[in-house]
Formats: sequence, structure tokens, C-alpha cells
Amino acid sequence: MSWLWGAVIFWLAAWAFNVWLANRPVARSRAVQLFIPALFGVTLLILWEGIVRGLDVPGVILPAPSAIWATIRASLPVLAGDFVQTILKGALSGYLIGCGAAVLTAIAIDRSPFLQRGLLPIGNFVAALPIVGIAPILVMWFGFDWQSKAAVVVVMVFFPVLVNTVAGLAASERMQRDLMATWGASYWQTLVKLRLPAAMPFIFNGLKIATTLALIGAIVAEFFGSPTRGMGFRISTAVGQLSLDMVWAEIAVAALAGSAFYGVVALIEKGVTFWHPSQRGRT
Amino acid sequence: MRSLAPILTVLAAIVALWYAGTVRLNAQWTYDQAARAGVEVTFRELLADTMAQERPVLPAPHQVAQGLWDGVFGQKPSSKRSLVYHGQVTLSATLVGFVIGTLAGILLAVGIVHNRAMDLSVMPWAIASQTIPILAIAPMVIVVLASIGVTGLLPKAVISAYLSFFPVVVGMVKGLRSPDAMQLDLLRTYSASPAATFWKLRLPASMPYLFASLKVSVAASLVGAIVGELPAGASAGLGARLLSGSYYGQTIQIWAALFAAAILAAGLVTVIGVIERGTLRRMGMDR
Amino acid sequence: MKDTAGIATPVIEAKGMGLTFETNDGPVHALKDVNLTVGKGEFVSFIGPSGCGKTTFLRAIAALEHPTEGTLTVNGMTPDAARQARAYGYVFQAAGLYPWRTIAGNIRLPLEIMGFSRDEQEERVERVLALVDLDGFGRKFPWQLSGGMQQRASIARALAFDADILLMDEPFGALDEIVRDRLNEEVLKLWARTEKTIGFVTHSIPEAVYLSTRIVVMSPRPGRITDVIESPLPKDRPLDIRDSPEFIAIAHRVREGLRAGHGDEV
Repeated sequence: MSWLWGAVIFWLAAWAFNVWLANRPVARSRAVQLFIPALFGVTLLILWEGIVRGLDVPGVILPAPSAIWATIRASLPVLAGDFVQTILKGALSGYLIGCGAAVLTAIAIDRSPFLQRGLLPIGNFVAALPIVGIAPILVMWFGFDWQSKAAVVVVMVFFPVLVNTVAGLAASERMQRDLMATWGASYWQTLVKLRLPAAMPFIFNGLKIATTLALIGAIVAEFFGSPTRGMGFRISTAVGQLSLDMVWAEIAVAALAGSAFYGVVALIEKGVTFWHPSQRGRT
Repeated sequence: MRSLAPILTVLAAIVALWYAGTVRLNAQWTYDQAARAGVEVTFRELLADTMAQERPVLPAPHQVAQGLWDGVFGQKPSSKRSLVYHGQVTLSATLVGFVIGTLAGILLAVGIVHNRAMDLSVMPWAIASQTIPILAIAPMVIVVLASIGVTGLLPKAVISAYLSFFPVVVGMVKGLRSPDAMQLDLLRTYSASPAATFWKLRLPASMPYLFASLKVSVAASLVGAIVGELPAGASAGLGARLLSGSYYGQTIQIWAALFAAAILAAGLVTVIGVIERGTLRRMGMDR
Repeated sequence: MKDTAGIATPVIEAKGMGLTFETNDGPVHALKDVNLTVGKGEFVSFIGPSGCGKTTFLRAIAALEHPTEGTLTVNGMTPDAARQARAYGYVFQAAGLYPWRTIAGNIRLPLEIMGFSRDEQEERVERVLALVDLDGFGRKFPWQLSGGMQQRASIARALAFDADILLMDEPFGALDEIVRDRLNEEVLKLWARTEKTIGFVTHSIPEAVYLSTRIVVMSPRPGRITDVIESPLPKDRPLDIRDSPEFIAIAHRVREGLRAGHGDEV
């Protein structure tokens, strides 16, 4: 029981410290703004550990963080193999193809308001559908390996990116387009020098949404069939064997990969759209 | 209404492409059959056959429509083959999860807006969690809850709630913070209490944001319920229907379930849209 | 229509020009029967209430709108041909600088589009930056500059490719009075130095009188010219000329013209 009480007391103490810290003037500094959520996260882990140990929760229901950490360290090669199979081969290749195709499609239909008026509502509609559902079909078509996962990812990321890009291409101000016209700029000059740069904040908005979708698509598609590696495969088999420490290890890797993926896209966004009001404040 | 013609045109193009795809993808099987039987197929026979196979690679649109129709109207609603039955299983889990997730999300958002410590501690995690493929946990939640004896609707609702929770938190925090400094200062000159500020300014101002995130979260909630039905063991629900279809190669069944899910999603988002329009109009906030 | 005869070289010439927009509520006569000749080196202001077609006229000169009746020529060509010949620089009410380009990059933009060589781009950017007193600001981004400086940069951009006509559509409308006075002075200096033909749309009577050699008074429904006033003021105009009796007399006449064109609507 001492584990449990220790953890609860630690949690309360840390929370009180956070409250105190948050109401200090130092809370405005960047270091403290990183420290507070970090401390909150650590206390959650310790509370988790304490509850599991203190109440003797069996590992098949909830493994302790320490047990998960041990599993991660013991099975690094397996996790790395799953990471390559699911994230690099499945999610990343599908993401690149899907986003690229979406941006190109948006540019292709740019000159036809008719197509845009037709495609946009459909794109918006499809973006709200449970697209992961097509996973079984694409697994049938493209086989068990990463190609079918990439195909699911392509379909999942396509519409959000398309819709955002089309909205972005319409975002340049009329005055700026007029200005281009007074200089006798061609369609392509206007596109490259004005409309694409102006569309970047919108495009990156779509690209950021798509990072999460890509991971979800790649992992869930593996539930419908996969070679004997991959994060989705590992999760579903480990669940079957009730080795939940392995499941949690995969989830930790997925969380890390998801945040890193998003972080990289956000960093590129910061470099490309440094001029946008939403990016200027924080340097 | 101006966009009706373009939408119909694009839809017609999609259906045409689909039919072309049907012929192209299913032709192989027809040729193989004909070769085995030692007969030649004419183009006309090929067309007819590719659109009427029992387990086509890609079912023709009318086959899917037929499957959908049979599933919805051709069976008793209580039958295991009825899409109404499976749809209502999925729908109830979706709705329970959606309501739980939304309420919890709104509560947390209120806490975050009124408590600095909560804001600084929890908000970064709420945002970070959106970058994580939460859906991957779904099978585990199902199995763990099953191992402690909780089965049926609740485990799926938990996943739905979890998925619909974060969009609501993030949207609602943004909405509750949307009144600008001038409006807040005005209430301060009236010496309004925090409660009055909340009910009379923050909450009404947050409505457009709330509805925008409700649309996202109801769709997420449905995806959660469907994925929650994927792990072996679930026998009812659109997700189970997808999975059994994929085991037995019943492509028409998969497509019909998929369209049923799509219609359900569209219906849910539409219902929220209608409520949104009604609410915002009564509040004088519609565009 | 009063029009000065004997202008050496007509730069802008409108004869019986009209422009009608087709809208859902029926046709709108933005401009009707406009006759105006602007000579080389003139500074012409267009003044009138909103809806009088002054902006539309400027946009028509720049080939952003197309007349539906009569003729309009720029340097003896159609406006479209004149645009291809880089006849004008246009300055809008907002600076309209691209936030992702530096000030120098913004000024370079039309030069890139028109295909100037790299060396010439650099040289011209330096020259126009000096012309609008922005030397040393080339590497800043627009959002790091004040509104007045941004508008000066947009004027530099319009000057960069040496168009002989400068069209300005309420360029200082969004700026405060003090900045506006300074920029008005600078525009006059610029005009004296470069000898360009300038078309200037404004709401402000003092601004129009202070800057122009001719003031075109317009009125709405349908948009038309009601008066053209020659300014007797000398070319060299210090700011305090605005207190002189001549200045006040012209301003008075402009105000009368606006009131007459307006009927009893105000």
C-alpha cells in the first residue's frame, strides 16, 4: 500500500508545485512553460506506477510503466523492424504520394471553377467519412505487404490536403492579383510568385492533419492482414496473447513517431511560412 | 444551388470511372473462367459478366446499391444479415461515446480556461495527443475491458469517447477564449462575476467553435466505434461486417457496409450541422 | 465638357467612354460619357463621393476593367497593349506587399516578371529605394515596417520598371493625417524629379488641391465628370501653401463642384 500512498502524495505535491509555479511571473518564461507540462507528465507516470504496484494490478490489465520500459529495452530490434515496416514504408511513402497527388490535383483543377465547385463539396464530404473502412478492400487489391498500407494512407490524406490546397489557392487578395495583372504577369507567374506562397499556410494546415491520419491508416490497415511484422500486426497479436506490455511499447513508439512526424512538418512550416502572422510572434 | 450541376457532373464522372474500373479489374477472372471452359468471350459477354460476378475484385455500383438495399430493406431489422441491425449497434456505441466525450471535453475546457495551472499542465498534452494515432489502442481497450468482464457496447463507447474528447477540448478552449480584450474589459467595468462572464460572454462566444469541433468529433467517434469492432470477437456492428467480409472475400458485403458507414457519418454530421444552424440563428450569429 | 486644348502629347485619352457592369439587379452604369485628355507630365486628381466611378476609371486605364462604350487610349494604344508595353505602375490603397518577400524582394517582383537581368534588377531596386528614402531597408520584411514606410515601398515598386504613368488609387487613405502630409510632400518631390504623368484618386479635397495640376470632379449615378479644374498653383509647393487664398479658392470650387454633382443627397 505504501507505493500507492507515496504516489498519490507525490502527485498532490507536484500538482501544488505546478499551481504555485503557474501563478508566478516566471511562468511566462519558455523554460517554465516546458517544465510544467513535463512535470505533469512525469507525475502521471509515477501515479500510474504507484497504482499498479500498490493495488497489485495484474499485467494483463495494465502493466506498470517500468515494465513497459523494460519491454521496450528488451525488444528494440523488433520495435525497430515494426517501425520501418509501418512508419517508413507504409505511412511515409503513402503520405508523400497522397499529399503530392492532392497538391497537383488542386493545381490541375485550379483553372476550372466548374470542377472546383463539383469536387470541393465531395472532397469535404469524403474527408468526414470513415475512410479507414476501405482498408480491407485495398489489402485485397495490393496484398499484405506495405504497398496496401501506403494505398490506404494515400486515400486518407488525399482529401484533407486537396480541400486545404484549393482553399489556399483562393486565399490571395484580389488586389494582389490585380497588381500582377498590371505587370502583365502570365498565369504561371502569378501561380508561382503569388498564389502558391499565399496558399502555404493552408497547405501546411492540411499536411499537419494528414500526419496523424497517415499513421492511423498504416496501423489500422495492418489489422486486416499484414506480413509478420509491423506495428498494427504486433498490436493485434500481442493483444491476442495478452502481452500488454508489448502493446504499450508499440503505442509508445507510435506516439513518439506521431509527435516527431508532426513536429518535423511543423518545423518545415515554420521555415516556409515564417512571414505569416501566426508564426511571427514566436521566435 | 449553383454548384448542383458541377457536383452531379463530378459524381457522374466518378460512377463512370467506377464502371470502367469494374470491367478492367474483373476481366481477368472472366477470362480465366472462359479459358477453363474453353470458350471465347465476346466484348458484350465480358461486360455483362464483369458486372455480375459474385465475388468481384471491384463490385459495380449497382451491385453495391443492390447489396445496400438488400441489407437495409431486404431483411428483418433484427436479422444478423441486416445492415439496420449492424448500423444501430455501431450507432449506439458512437452516440454514447460521443456524448460522454463531448461532456468531458467541455468540462476540461472550462477548467483549462479558468485555471492557469491546468492550462499550462494539461493543454500541451491535449494538443500533443492529437498528433498520436490513438486509434491504435482500440483493440487493446476492447481486450482489456473484456478480460475484466466488460463487453458489448461500453468498450466501444470508451474508444469513441476518447476520440471525440480531444477535438472538443481544443476547439472549446479556443472558443471560450475567443472574446477579445475589449469585450472582457466591458464586463469588468460592470463588475461582472466570473460566473456571469462565463454564462453571458464566454459560453455564447464559444458556440461556433463548439459546433465546428462537434462535427469533427462525431466523425471521429464513428470511426472509433467501427475500429473498436475490428478485433476478433465482435460479431455485430459495421466494423464486424467489414472484417467478416474481408475474411470470406465477400467484396459486395464490404462495400455495402462501407457505404452504410459513410451514410451514417454523413447523417450524423448533417444532424449536427442542422442543430448548429438553428442554434446560431437563434443567437443571431449565423452568417 | 471643359478640356484644355493644345496639350502637347496626350498620354491618356477618353472619348465618350462608358462602362456598365451587368449585375443580378440589372445593369449598373459605373461610368457614362467620359471625355478627358491627360497630357504628359500632368498630375491629375480624381475626386468624388464613393460610387462616382473614379476608381473604375483608373482601373480602366490600367486595363483591369474594360470600357463598354466609347474609346480609351493610353499612349495612343489600347490599355491592354499599353500594359504589355509596361506603361504604368499602379499603387493601391493598401501597400499589398508580399509578406514572404523582403522589401527589396517585393520591388524586384515586377522586374522578375518582366524579365530584367539580375544586375539590372539589383541596380533598379537600389535606385528606387533611394528615391523613396528607404535606403538600407531593403532586407527588412514588410511587417517589420510602419504603414507609411510600407506604402512608400509600394510606390517604389511601381516606379521600379520605369513606367511613364503612375496610377494611384487612394494610396494614403489608410494612413493618419501626419504621415499623409509627409508622403504628399514626397510624392510632389518625386513627381518633380521623375516628370511622370500621375493619376491620383482621393476623397480628400486638400490632398487633391495640394498635389494636382488638374482636378477632375466626379459624381455618381451614373458615374460622370462634372467639373475639371485647372490649378494656378506653382509647381513648387511647400506645405503651408494650403493656407494661401489661391489654395482656399480652389478648394472652395472643388467643394462647390462636389455639392452640385451630388444634388440634395447629402
